[in-house]
Amino acid sequence: MENILSIFSEHEQMIYFVILAIFVGIEVIGGVPSILHTPLMSGANAIHGVVIVGAIYVMLNSYPENYVSLALGFLAVLLGTLNVVGGFVVTDRMLEMFKKK
Amino acid sequence: MQSLLSIIYLIGSVSFIMGMKMMGNAKTARKGNLVGAAGMTLAIVGTIVLHEGAVSPVIYGLILLAILIGTIVGWMTAKKVQMTKMPELVSIFNGMGGACAALISLIEFNHTKHTSHIMDVVEHIIPSDGIAPGTFFCILAGLIIGSISFSGSIIAFLKLNGTVDKPVRLPKYNIINTIFLIAIVGFAAYLFKVETPTLVYALFAMALLYGVMFVLPIGGADMPVVISLLNSFTGVAAAFGGFLYGNYVMLTGGILVGSAGTLLTIVMCEAMNRPLFNVIFGAFGGGAATATSTSEKGTIKDISVADTATLMNYSKRVVIVPGYGLAVAQAQHVIHELEMILEERGVEVKYAIHPVAGRMPGHMNVLLAEANVDYGKLVEMDDINPEFPNTDVVLVVGANDVVNPAAKTDPSSPIYGMPILDVENAKHIIINKRSMNAGYAGIDNLLFYNPKNSMLFGDAKKVLTELVAELKTM
Repeated sequence: MENILSIFSEHEQMIYFVILAIFVGIEVIGGVPSILHTPLMSGANAIHGVVIVGAIYVMLNSYPENYVSLALGFLAVLLGTLNVVGGFVVTDRMLEMFKKK
Repeated sequence: MQSLLSIIYLIGSVSFIMGMKMMGNAKTARKGNLVGAAGMTLAIVGTIVLHEGAVSPVIYGLILLAILIGTIVGWMTAKKVQMTKMPELVSIFNGMGGACAALISLIEFNHTKHTSHIMDVVEHIIPSDGIAPGTFFCILAGLIIGSISFSGSIIAFLKLNGTVDKPVRLPKYNIINTIFLIAIVGFAAYLFKVETPTLVYALFAMALLYGVMFVLPIGGADMPVVISLLNSFTGVAAAFGGFLYGNYVMLTGGILVGSAGTLLTIVMCEAMNRPLFNVIFGAFGGGAATATSTSEKGTIKDISVADTATLMNYSKRVVIVPGYGLAVAQAQHVIHELEMILEERGVEVKYAIHPVAGRMPGHMNVLLAEANVDYGKLVEMDDINPEFPNTDVVLVVGANDVVNPAAKTDPSSPIYGMPILDVENAKHIIINKRSMNAGYAGIDNLLFYNPKNSMLFGDAKKVLTELVAELKTM
């Protein structure tokens, strides 16, 4: 019990941040018409590509001699970029169709 | 510099929230996507440019090369793919994000555990007195969730693609999967204690295998829900990466997608009237398929293209029910042509859009919009259902399960309870199908035997083209 309490007080800000962000996520989706579900899912798909920031960070903090880290990091940045670029472009193509005529 | 990067991450986070919010409205959706993309670009550029400390040019070169290749490949694929293949592509890109998260965890695990011969420690993550349990937890959670999301997305892609078409189910697969998941969590807990870094690859392999086992038993019709769920998984994996580095833009993006994605998954399930639990643990297709085949069905009537043209030409109101078959046949342009000819003749034409028409909610709207169909002509299920009694002809093209009356009448049917389009209330029903094969859910449709119904057999594009030509001569 004491452990849990100390974890809470140590990370109080972070816990608040997470809970508020969860509510923001729910709020943002609320009341969206079903025709926009697919583009929205695709857009959300592009946004979680933000994980690439972590991949870049790993690369920047690796030593040039550590080939395993570099190889895996290279792959991670590559896949993350695919997620981000592909995700946003494909969403844009879907939404292009919804232009007002 | 570091505070400038913090401000950039703040701007990035706000742009994700704004972008998602704007995407919820048809008018601002496209701009919203661009706002999100701008925030993402800013965050990526900021991370590279504003990094503190000496970094070897080789590493900068590798990062830029990876981004360059990823941009070119991602851009080309997204631009070239056919609109009908959209759900597959979303699934693949989602898998890439999951793999990225898993790889980050693998590297960090090596950094923290494997410090003997190469001193490769990211300093401020690991305090001198050893690695914090919270950090280690984030690494393992990111690895497991990211891996499941990756392999699951690949299976979902193969299923949508038709490479893996039948659900594969081991006997008692639910129990096996649950035990396996517990084993993964147990093994991860064990990794807390041991100092053998190679074991993390075993955990990686187990999580990958679980992703496969998780998606394989689920039927193709439920894939959109699965993709949406895996999408939120990747969001959560990204958020764990954010915890690991105390990086707020990763946290915001990850949690936002995690919670919004989960809600979206539930909303999609509601649209199909199938609880999420049933999607994951229940079987779809098979089982009840034999139940209807024994009952009295009646006979099936054929109708020729010429008769269809005559019937439609002298109608007042026509409703078109488009389904995935229309998209597969690439018939969305010719159906728009049909609609315009009928409108010229004074026939009122509307499209009835079932929430899960196509392969995902809203997919059919995208496909029809691509063919320049007027947005106002697409009517959602709840609005069109009361209009069917006043409709002269309903033309069902490539749709099956969404008009199957078994959803209302047959409790043993796997689609029982799913809201459907009440086309049987119209005066005439014409169903275009390639053959008498069952629909995506693999079940028979009693609507075919309805006395008001006629079957117009043939490939959707070919038949509709003939129909348009026939109407022009009238």
